[in-house]
Amino acid sequence: MPYSPLMVRPMKEELTSIGFEELLTPEDVDRWMGDTEGTAMLVINSVCGCAAGQARPGVRHALTNPARPERLATVFAGQEVEATARARGHFADIPPSSPSIALFKDGELVYFVPRHRIESRSAEQVAADLTAAFDRYFAAAAAR
Amino acid sequence: MGTFHDDKHELHGITVVVDTAGPEIWIGRCDDMDERQVVLLDADVHREGDGGRSKQQYLERAARFGVWKKYDRVRIERDGVVSVRRLGEL
Repeated sequence: MPYSPLMVRPMKEELTSIGFEELLTPEDVDRWMGDTEGTAMLVINSVCGCAAGQARPGVRHALTNPARPERLATVFAGQEVEATARARGHFADIPPSSPSIALFKDGELVYFVPRHRIESRSAEQVAADLTAAFDRYFAAAAAR
Repeated sequence: MGTFHDDKHELHGITVVVDTAGPEIWIGRCDDMDERQVVLLDADVHREGDGGRSKQQYLERAARFGVWKKYDRVRIERDGVVSVRRLGEL
């Protein structure tokens, strides 16, 4: 059973307020994933107290980096169940976990942060992990 | 940095690696742990040599991507456990 929309709203707004597109349906996911040009980040958000509390501020901080993804989207695990399943289907060889973060370049998954690499870290450490990946995979695109 | 449940072990909610003195190594989300047992949720188990992979090779992949759960909930006797570590710190 999905969570109460009232409960998850502030957790969603931490990302949508900084430009993340909320993908609510499998069709939304396919449309967003179907645009394979450029760089993109998909955050699988969740209510998980051990990890999501570090993931969202870590993502926000990472996006202040000069090199950063051009397109941002999010699905909410446990809330938009079908959309989350469809999103995970686009990187089906990776075990599902939430929260988690996927980085894409020209439609190809180039970096993935699973839940266990968030739950043991601070928001600053999550941000450092992401900014290193942004610099590695997105710097050339950001310079164009 | 787990969740704060006073009645649970500090690793509650954290993905851990439970290595045993035998061929088995477990990975799952710690529900609770005491002197008698470790309880894992959404757990996977690997046995030395399964699929041609050692425990170490299994751990290296798990540390990058996580694991596919085989069990919703397992209880592992502490007698045979040699270590419990956070997967995220490997």
